[in-house]
Amino acid sequence: MFAFDRIKKALLVSAWFMFLTFPILVIRINPVERIVEWRWINMLLIGVGSFFLSFVWHYFIRRKEMGARRAETGEESEAAPLAQRILKNKKIYRPALVVAGIFALCFPFIFSLYQTNIMISALIYVMLGLGLNIVVGLAGLLDLGYVAFYAVGAYAYALLNYHFGLTFWMVLPIGAGLGALFGILLGFPVLRLRGDYLAIVTLGFGEIIRIILENWNEFSFGPSGISNIPRPSLFGIDLSVHDATIYIYYVMIGLCLLTIFVVNRLQDSRIGRAWIALREDEIACQAMGIDKARTKLTAFALGATWAGMSGVVFAAKTTFVNPASFTIWESIIILCIVVLGGMGSIIGVIAGALVLILMPEYLRAFSEYRMLAFGVVLVVMMVFRPGGLIPNVRRIYTFKGATESGKGG
Amino acid sequence: MESVLKVQNLGMNFGGLRALDSVDLAVGRNEIVALIGPNGAGKTTFFNCVTGIYPPTEGDILIAVRGKGDLKRINGLKPNRVTEKGLARTFQNIRLFPHMTVLENVMIGRHCRMAAGILGAVLRGGSTVREEQSAVQESYAILEKMGLAPFVNDFAKNLPYGAQRRLEIARAMATEPFLLLLDEPAAGMNPYETKELDDLIQRVRHEEGIAILLIEHDMKLVMSLSDRICVVDYGRKIAQGTPDEIRNNPAVIKAYLGEEMDA
Ligand SMILES: Nc1ncnc2c1ncn2[C@@H]1O[C@H](COP(=O)(O)OP(=O)(O)O)[C@@H](O)[C@H]1O
Ligand SMILES: [Mg+2]
Repeated sequence: MFAFDRIKKALLVSAWFMFLTFPILVIRINPVERIVEWRWINMLLIGVGSFFLSFVWHYFIRRKEMGARRAETGEESEAAPLAQRILKNKKIYRPALVVAGIFALCFPFIFSLYQTNIMISALIYVMLGLGLNIVVGLAGLLDLGYVAFYAVGAYAYALLNYHFGLTFWMVLPIGAGLGALFGILLGFPVLRLRGDYLAIVTLGFGEIIRIILENWNEFSFGPSGISNIPRPSLFGIDLSVHDATIYIYYVMIGLCLLTIFVVNRLQDSRIGRAWIALREDEIACQAMGIDKARTKLTAFALGATWAGMSGVVFAAKTTFVNPASFTIWESIIILCIVVLGGMGSIIGVIAGALVLILMPEYLRAFSEYRMLAFGVVLVVMMVFRPGGLIPNVRRIYTFKGATESGKGG
Repeated sequence: MESVLKVQNLGMNFGGLRALDSVDLAVGRNEIVALIGPNGAGKTTFFNCVTGIYPPTEGDILIAVRGKGDLKRINGLKPNRVTEKGLARTFQNIRLFPHMTVLENVMIGRHCRMAAGILGAVLRGGSTVREEQSAVQESYAILEKMGLAPFVNDFAKNLPYGAQRRLEIARAMATEPFLLLLDEPAAGMNPYETKELDDLIQRVRHEEGIAILLIEHDMKLVMSLSDRICVVDYGRKIAQGTPDEIRNNPAVIKAYLGEEMDA
């Protein structure tokens, strides 16, 4: 009975698809011979393909719904908490952490310079993802102009070095500070906005920064950008390209660890809880005594700080900046990292960044379809795993004499 | 009697709609006052004005200053400032933080009594750690009092309905208020849960010494709890008095109680 129902549904879908694609895929007018070709075989392929896909799609939806129902009635669903069970089990994650650490430390000596460079960009995106995670994942403020802060950091290093000869290590904290400053600058006008309105204004902000950089030639050297930015030097010693790349790799590892440390401490603090409360319910949050404006501004500022820093590293790594590196697409990729990885989840965001940045590099053949693949992956994720790859878990507290209770998840 | 809240001539317009029209109301120390009236009478709007969510069109809102006898005007203060000063509220349609644990929900209530900033959170110095620990302990103590201890680590959204309503009260209590505003706390509860709520509110008043202003449709609960009742209809106060006076007030019966008393 159910099977029949499902087949009927899938047939309908496939009929609909055949109808929709009919004009493009079946009819072809051949202007040379002045005839109309009817490519019925395409229709057959579409029909069978969409029938099959729709069947699979509905199968998975049903499985998911059954899982949700089981979860509601108190039973564990097996798929969802697997990652969390691994993360909670010290016997598994301690050794895994050690292996990952050794791998990360040896990486530049095992792999080529090319691979190391790719890894540096992946780490830059880890940092960007963790920063945006504060704004989007924790505080729930949809920011589509995040790349602007990245640009601020990159241009801060490029310009301060060009005009005043400041070194990488001097500019790194300045970049962070400027990022925070711009975060607050963006934060003030959007204090009252939420959801889609906020997204549109932040998107505009990102574009404004890029357009300024593109057009204000006297300040930013326009579309041609700034080249010959020095790589970081080690205690004043200039390094060869090879050594400098390895050096930047380790700097990035250090900065990522710092980011993880800080974000982790923040999210389990008074400030972090206020961000999450703001995300969950703005009115209740205010009514419980949280200063909305201040909480939003700290989220914007602390999120942008990391973007500013990673911008400085980016400029030092590529030794060249121009506005083309800071388009809206960058913002969207960073947002994808956060959403795909798991909003508010540090490990999730790291996994998301590595997957989304490394995959296209190693699957060059498909790089043209990157955006298409992003879209498909995001839609599928939103339907089947709205929490992301590794969803956020809240901290568990134990009390003396208290009965063992559920797990916040 | 010494009041903790005094509202004078409160008026609130939404465009052309007069939701509140020169309402006066006072709540004394340690008193339970009920605010009743038909749906759409303006009760929730009254709460929203008092707690700073809407700026009132006219009138004055005065609340007691902690530890002193005098009253202070709080018109135009932001909701978080009002809460800091000692008013806390719950919402008619539950507004918990669904994806935070029960304990964290209550700890949000502690937020305004804590001091840790960004630097403190990152460095986790001794004072921050102590503050955090005591917030956890205090929040847990409140949960125990509210009978919510078995749920500490559950997501708020997964609680049974009655427990969610109690959690809203627990969260409000965590802000250390001297006046608690409860917006239809018994809505949707079964008679057993309502009875529990009755005891709970009594205990809050006696043990914590907190005054309570209560919006409620359950007449049994209102009559059993309140020292005084204030009736509003179409934004205007139509009666005020003890439960007995209200029960026998013809204007009230006409406007509101009539149908329910007959039934
Ligand atoms: N934010 C608002 N904007 C416009 N009208 C409102 C708003 N809030 C309440 N009202 C109106 O004010 C009147 C009183 O509403 P409310 O205070 O919620 O009544 P209740 O006594 O049932 O709690 C209603 O007519 C309602 O439609
Ligand atoms: Mg109401």
